[in-house]
Amino acid sequence: MSDPLSRLLDARDWLLADGATGTTLFNMGLMSGDAPELWNIDHPDRIRALYRGAVEAGSDLFLTNSFGANASRLKLHAAQDRVFELNRAAAELGREVADAAGRTVIVAGSVGPTGDIMEPVGSLSHADAVEMFHEQAEGLKAGGADVLWLETISAAEEYRAAAEAFALAEMPWCGTMSFDTAGRTMMGLTAPGMVDMVESLPNPPIAFGANCGTGAADLLRTILGFTEADPKRPVIAKGNAGIPKYVDGHIHYDGTPALMADYAVLARDAGARIIGGCCGTQPEHLKRMREALEARPKGARPTLEQIVAAVGEFSSASDGTGADEGGAERRPRRRRRG
Amino acid sequence: MSEEDDEIILSELDDEELVQQMWDDLYDGLREEIEEGVNILLERGWEPYRILTEALVGGMTIVGKDFRDGILFVPEVLLAANAMKAGMAILKPLLAETGAQRVGKMVIGTVKGDIHDIGKNLVSMMMEGAGFEVVDLGINNPVENYLEALETEQPDILGMSALLTTTMPYMKVVIDTMVEKGIRDDYIVLVGGAPLNEEFGRAIGADAYCRDAAVAVETAKTLVARKHNQMAAG
Repeated sequence: MSDPLSRLLDARDWLLADGATGTTLFNMGLMSGDAPELWNIDHPDRIRALYRGAVEAGSDLFLTNSFGANASRLKLHAAQDRVFELNRAAAELGREVADAAGRTVIVAGSVGPTGDIMEPVGSLSHADAVEMFHEQAEGLKAGGADVLWLETISAAEEYRAAAEAFALAEMPWCGTMSFDTAGRTMMGLTAPGMVDMVESLPNPPIAFGANCGTGAADLLRTILGFTEADPKRPVIAKGNAGIPKYVDGHIHYDGTPALMADYAVLARDAGARIIGGCCGTQPEHLKRMREALEARPKGARPTLEQIVAAVGEFSSASDGTGADEGGAERRPRRRRRG
Repeated sequence: MSEEDDEIILSELDDEELVQQMWDDLYDGLREEIEEGVNILLERGWEPYRILTEALVGGMTIVGKDFRDGILFVPEVLLAANAMKAGMAILKPLLAETGAQRVGKMVIGTVKGDIHDIGKNLVSMMMEGAGFEVVDLGINNPVENYLEALETEQPDILGMSALLTTTMPYMKVVIDTMVEKGIRDDYIVLVGGAPLNEEFGRAIGADAYCRDAAVAVETAKTLVARKHNQMAAG
């Protein structure tokens, strides 16, 4: 329990994480298609402003601007040889802002997916994935991140590879997956499936959970799926502020600050202990989320109906486990091969 | 029903049983079995186009439906599509010889800076499976790549995908550039990507948003047919 995040979790019932990185950087002039991570060197003031936005809104924890800073993603911008530099810079700027906050704020080094499919379905080997994640982890560690924060993962294999890399870097970590396909991750993992996978790791994360995906309602249903499986470690909820719309020449997520406040309280009632937003979640959303978490007492575990009534409809009928419906099953084999 | 320990000998099945078995094998992503099945049907004198539509497209239609309904997920569909591709590889040169009809042509690519092209690859393979000719531009495409491909390939459809908040607006950049050049209406523009929605697709000026690869194929067929009818009428 020597790491700052574990200590903070011991002292508090819930922690407020941060909101959107991409949406916020767009508002600062990031051009679509460009790599946000290059700004860690080219526009450090804007990255400080991004971090400060979350801290001043009351976040106990924020993610560094390093989501796509792995060799595979940076290659798209011919910056694959700058992995260490860009990650270290992302964490150093974070350290600077967190240490000036006047209270404990955790710097979580964001690590996103490689974008490649892992063997046997795809071509990325376990060893190569571990190497890529390890390179990124060392940069974030050198820059002073308190904890590494894996996010938006779809494949269990990739989650495991990152876990192994973080052990090599000797860093504590958290890890969330994106449940965006009929209640499951794109690669077909269910919420209880993730709990089993996380508990089977030799170096399990401090906390695990869900981020991004589709709207806030679906994410809350996933949280219920986690907590129903009675996990041994804290659950993280980082949902999008509604769904993306294209308004007046830019992306706007349709979730209001009031909706995200309801979402935050429901996430806590569903059993999440680290609660934040993802795409579209701005400082004004975070402020309202903090106020709501402080003002409203912890309630009973919400039902699916209460979730829909508060934050809107689910994008898919099923939670992906197959336990909640009769019809959808794999096509029966006429016969099996010997 | 269950003959679990019996080895199925594909060549001993009659045509109908063999096609049914190939549907099962596609569903299970069994590449070598699909190649064997295609070769047996060719030996039995089936036209390449009939093998494509009845055995391969028929099987992929089932895969597509179960993917759409959340029964199959990306790993299973990728394996199925790989098996189908292996069958297609045998048929392609023969189809070219026999001058089989083409449903339409699509240029497809993931926009600049995006995270992965898994969904785009699925669309690409399912479109080929449905008889479309597909020119795949791969990942990380700036607007210039799309324009050049439209010029040289003269497709019916342009397909784009984006998955991140930071890349979604780029699809609008491409469509706006097409409008500027006065070529927007020469093509059907389809967009996709997990976080998108129909309203978003309309707002950026696409003809349709396609939720998944199966929907992309259905939408492409409908819109291409409509376009051909309009051209015939005009």
